[in-house]
Amino acid sequence: MTIRTRSARRTRLTAVAAAGAGLALALTGCSSDDGGGDGGGGASSTADCSAFDSYGDLSGKTVTVYAGIVAPEDQPYMDSYKPFEDCTGATVNYTADKNFEQQIVVQAKAGNAPDIAIVPQPGLLQQLVATGKAVEPPKAVADNVDKWWGEDWKKYGTVDGTFYAAPSGASVKSLVWYSPKEFKDKGYEVPTTLDDLKSLSDKIVADGDHKPWCAGIGSGEATGWPVTDWMEDMMLRIGGPDVYDQWVAHDIAFNSEVPTQALDAVGDYLKNPDYVNGGIGDVSSIATTTFQDGGLPILDGTCSLHRQASFYASNFPEGTDVSENGDVFAFYLPGKTADDHPVLGGGEFNLAFADRPEVQAFQTYLSTDLWANTKAKASSDATGGGWISANTGLDTANLVNPIDQLAAGILQDPNTVFRFDGSDQMPAAVGSNSFWKQSTSWITGQSTKDTLDKIESSWP
Amino acid sequence: MEITDKLLSMVYALVAFAIVVGGILFLASLYERRGGRKVAWWFIAPTLLLLAVALVYPALRTVYVSFFDSSGAAFVGLDNYSTVFTSPDQLVVLRNTVLWTLVTPFVATGIGLIYAILVDGAKGESVAKGLVFLPMAISLVGASIIWKFVYDFRDPAAGTAKNPVEQIGLLNQIFTWLGGSPHNFLLNSPGNTFWLILVMIWIQAGFAMTILSASIKAISADIVEAARLDGVSALEMFRYVTFPAIRPAVVVVLTTIAIACLKVFDIVRTMTGGQFKTSVVANEFYTQTFSAANQGLGAALAVILFILVVPIIVYNVRQLRASEAR
Amino acid sequence: MTGTTPLPRAAAGTTADVDVEGAVPTSTRPAPSAAASAKKRLTRPWASLFAVILAVVWTTPTLGLLVTSFRPEADIKDTGWWTVLTNPDFTLDNYQTVLQTGTSTSLTPFFINSIVITIPAVVAPILLACLAAYAFAWTDFRGKNVLFVAVFALQVVPIQVTLLPLLTLYVDLGISGTFWAIWISHTAFGLPLAVFLLHNFMREIPGELIEAARVDGAGHVTIFFRMMLPMLKPALAAFGIYQFLWVWNDLLVALTFAGPGAATAPMTKALFDLAGTRGTAWYLLSAGAFVSMVVPVIVFLALQRYFVRGLLAGSVKG
Repeated sequence: MTIRTRSARRTRLTAVAAAGAGLALALTGCSSDDGGGDGGGGASSTADCSAFDSYGDLSGKTVTVYAGIVAPEDQPYMDSYKPFEDCTGATVNYTADKNFEQQIVVQAKAGNAPDIAIVPQPGLLQQLVATGKAVEPPKAVADNVDKWWGEDWKKYGTVDGTFYAAPSGASVKSLVWYSPKEFKDKGYEVPTTLDDLKSLSDKIVADGDHKPWCAGIGSGEATGWPVTDWMEDMMLRIGGPDVYDQWVAHDIAFNSEVPTQALDAVGDYLKNPDYVNGGIGDVSSIATTTFQDGGLPILDGTCSLHRQASFYASNFPEGTDVSENGDVFAFYLPGKTADDHPVLGGGEFNLAFADRPEVQAFQTYLSTDLWANTKAKASSDATGGGWISANTGLDTANLVNPIDQLAAGILQDPNTVFRFDGSDQMPAAVGSNSFWKQSTSWITGQSTKDTLDKIESSWP
Repeated sequence: MEITDKLLSMVYALVAFAIVVGGILFLASLYERRGGRKVAWWFIAPTLLLLAVALVYPALRTVYVSFFDSSGAAFVGLDNYSTVFTSPDQLVVLRNTVLWTLVTPFVATGIGLIYAILVDGAKGESVAKGLVFLPMAISLVGASIIWKFVYDFRDPAAGTAKNPVEQIGLLNQIFTWLGGSPHNFLLNSPGNTFWLILVMIWIQAGFAMTILSASIKAISADIVEAARLDGVSALEMFRYVTFPAIRPAVVVVLTTIAIACLKVFDIVRTMTGGQFKTSVVANEFYTQTFSAANQGLGAALAVILFILVVPIIVYNVRQLRASEAR
Repeated sequence: MTGTTPLPRAAAGTTADVDVEGAVPTSTRPAPSAAASAKKRLTRPWASLFAVILAVVWTTPTLGLLVTSFRPEADIKDTGWWTVLTNPDFTLDNYQTVLQTGTSTSLTPFFINSIVITIPAVVAPILLACLAAYAFAWTDFRGKNVLFVAVFALQVVPIQVTLLPLLTLYVDLGISGTFWAIWISHTAFGLPLAVFLLHNFMREIPGELIEAARVDGAGHVTIFFRMMLPMLKPALAAFGIYQFLWVWNDLLVALTFAGPGAATAPMTKALFDLAGTRGTAWYLLSAGAFVSMVVPVIVFLALQRYFVRGLLAGSVKG
């Protein structure tokens, strides 16, 4: 056998192009990239270089960037680097592959790290810092993060009290996909509390046409992760943000009371044979359905609700109208009460392995609101959106995609209490292994207690 | 780099390589002419050098790392090994690995051999062999999609009158046509392991066929002719002429496939992710090393692979002895 | 290697009819091989039927992929590929998208890289392994068997354990990120199987031939070139195909040692990334799988002619 590796896990964190990206991209990609004339977006303009003055002249210098974000979503990254290149004279070399998460660790350890890596999880960030090859960013980056992101996001880029990496893209996970048309036809209302969600589900059951929820957790080696997202959402809602933080930090045991309640609450949906698995099968079919396919039955009208992150938009076939009055859209997975606004999300971080002036300058550029807006525009042009940032300087007017606007709106809402995906912060032995595996066993019949006991015992 | 530059660098590499090999052979023949007896060392030196650097050193390092904790910092003795052998989940993993290594080589070799014999000398042999060879030529990405469209399961109960469920997996469609009900192949243990093994057999039968066919073609024509003139039956021909002649090749094929099965992880990884009790040692090794960041445990699992290969080595040593004795 | 060549005594001892020793004709006309002749005896139709069934069963899954690669995305997700029989609906869009894959890159540089990677990575291990296999098979030196067993046992070392130590070495040598790192790695990884395979094939060559040549004063170098290489054509072709596929379909080695850039990355990288971050773009992946399969299949068919009977089969042992 040839040995090939595959990291399906990558898929869940990246901001993804909206539907219809494939072909449209080939077209825009060709036209916007050459020359720097009046091509796509603000990306290639040479008009205003004043913002780059402080970086000085970097002609002839090269910065390498390595990430897991591949075509077509890589193009807007490259486009967004263009102003920096044009104004400073530096060259930015972007490379990416889907094995990023395994490769970057090996490359870093072997002393072959890129200048900048776009790291999709705090857990991986810790692992990379532990290799001793990562370097701290200049003060300007820390200042930018203080200014545009705030305390909680900075914390996720910090390892053992030292700040290393500024956030880049973000995604919102606390979303439920639904069909606005169906809701309109049958008079369903978007729920505003957890109890409402439950009664809505019961109502759909009572209408008898189909099961309300559909789900899929298959994802190769990472099979099971959608359940961990579910549980994290329930932890945030049942335990509140503080207990959530304790749980993630293992200050409370994985098999203690609140986590048990949370997983049981997930079970009320995912292990409830009346609720799942709409358009797909019985409860166990959740385990063998890929997460990409999990929400598609909404389009067929055989399922009404699917809890998945904002990036799921790209999983609907080309031509699907993803908007507030379209074929599918998403609503915020409600809190316990209408006033609670906990939000689960994910994001990426720019970690540097070199401190040459051009690297620091580039890193600083990436932490500005200027870059966030340039990137958002570039994404809108190249892939029809699919990228947001938690940077508060991001102007939502630069987002063309309704789901991006919804997600960015949730992130910037002052009522929002944001928490990062817990499994991404836990030690790899749990967050990238036992949590996924035991969650899958739980779907296929293992009890909540056994599941949590086993995860607890795997904590290193 | 321009295309021509790349092609040029390839040519340079080939020339450089030819010079190295030519040089070795030239020196070896000089040495031999002057009466040097151990010319063999000239022949194996490049191989040994490369293997020592690329495989032996990393293997020894793996053994060393297997006695350390997850980050490689603290010595933990045999803890990693006891983890492997005490957890019930890991015992299932070991069981599966043994299943893979026992079932696949014999079935794949058997099918490859029968097919090689059946199409040998037949009209369109080349195309016929090409068909069975195809699975080997397909990348893993291709293979995983191929088998998705074989095993895929759609629960008929999920359909509505308006949207009846249609199977997109071939096996389940066949079941349905035959009046049976579809089956979720990858979910139920231990059957699911066999469905995964089938994929490996599908790939490796082509390898067995290729090697065995080459070996069959090498059987001395005279002996075949002689046997034919003596009027032996087809089965006798196989038993007394063909099989003894290709026996060494059969051993090679069995051994190679068995070792490939010990190392197999990508099939498991892409199709079930090692869930539903289908994981194998190589997959656990990969998970522990690259996903769970537990170097020590990952290394211990790799060492277990080294140990599992011992019976295969012993078998081959016996074959080697037997051949020396002739 | 009991019975490397069909030794007459072995056959004669068990079936009285087969008096091969006396029957060796010095005919020069092409004789059918053992299997061909075995098959002729099996003229019963079930034998052919069985071969056809096997071929069909083995090919059907691939056929499914081929059909899928020509179907529109929506059809693929909802209906089985066999429904094209009753409801044909084909498109070339998938191939079009694949062949102009990516936005800033086309498939061409990756295709060239694959070629540049594969040729040396196939030629080098074959030649080196031939040398080593010859030494293991037909010369005598101390520790020969131990070394041989050690070499073939190295097949079990998972490549993943070599990544970090080798990459560190390549970084120190300054060749990481170049084709050299890929060539050297593939050569080394291919050697255990190559030595093992070729050794066992070489052992099948009658010792008398070698000894006769030795008596005539031929050195090992001469024997190696004049006798071994020509006789081993089928084995070389067989291993060549295997190594070719291994390298052609490899992603991990090339990616780790030379990186994902268009300067060195092989086609597998481009194909693997085809689905973008979406993961289930089967319609693209199935087309991509066929694009990447074209070359290996051509190579297989081209090498087929070397599978005809080797020189050995025609030569009569003394």
